[in-house]
Amino acid sequence: MVCCGVFADSSAWAQPSEQTKVYTPISQLPPTEQIPAARLLVAAYSFVLVAVFLYVVTVARRLTAVQREVERLEADVKRTGRA
Amino acid sequence: MPKWFLPAACVCAVMFAATPVVIAYAPFESTMGLVFKIFFYHMPSAWMFLLGGIVCGVASVRYLITSDARHDRTAWAAAELTVLFGLLTLVTGPLWARKAWGTWWVWDVRVTASLVSWMIAVAYLLLRRYGGPGSEKLAAGLALFGMANVPFIYISVNYWRTIHPATSVVPTLPVSMGGPLWFCVASFFLLFVLLFKMRVRLEEQRARLDAVYLSLDE
Repeated sequence: MVCCGVFADSSAWAQPSEQTKVYTPISQLPPTEQIPAARLLVAAYSFVLVAVFLYVVTVARRLTAVQREVERLEADVKRTGRA
Repeated sequence: MPKWFLPAACVCAVMFAATPVVIAYAPFESTMGLVFKIFFYHMPSAWMFLLGGIVCGVASVRYLITSDARHDRTAWAAAELTVLFGLLTLVTGPLWARKAWGTWWVWDVRVTASLVSWMIAVAYLLLRRYGGPGSEKLAAGLALFGMANVPFIYISVNYWRTIHPATSVVPTLPVSMGGPLWFCVASFFLLFVLLFKMRVRLEEQRARLDAVYLSLDE
């Protein structure tokens, strides 16, 4: 059984086909084998802008919440005359 | 917030809006073509990532020596920015590498060291968030490892065989590519300064809040 498995898998060690031995410039590859640059570029720029925007929103929200709480507590302290 | 913050934020927004136009005028790199333009966001992000690591490390050293809470707040703010800009670097890099190198990721020395540095910054934030009392000093010690890694990340490409280009590439770029690059670096630096100021302000307000609660308890 083991031998059968090894021999059955031997196709993986076969010599490369005639087609893969021939040099093909990347610009002449069929569209299905080319990696689209524009999509990667848009993804990179979009990720940077979206991540920065979300971070700014989270910091602004945290800052607003803390400032409101500080103001509320300070007003309470003044009203009650403590501290 | 200081008076300069709003005008500087407006300038930063205009600069970021202009970056795609400026980058569009930069010529294509001969072998990589269009995907090379990721470089104009990837490299400034990486520099701000390293800057964040240095600021966090220096502030942590000062905190360990003086125990002044201001330095601790600075370190915490810088650590968060290190995580943000590190994430930008570690995401834009593979997007560029997929086309330029034919793979999303390689365990080359700069990429691996950058990932380690980013994880140190994440560990710093987790320690501050969940470490409880006394975690400031532990986190400050951790930040020293993050800072020690920064020069290693920068010069590693000159000493190890790696797929990353050497540090000599940027100074030798032609003006047509270097101009847009430095414009993007200036935009990212201004963004870093503004975010840093916001984040430090948040820590100052939290300290003020703690002081008010303490005064109520007394």
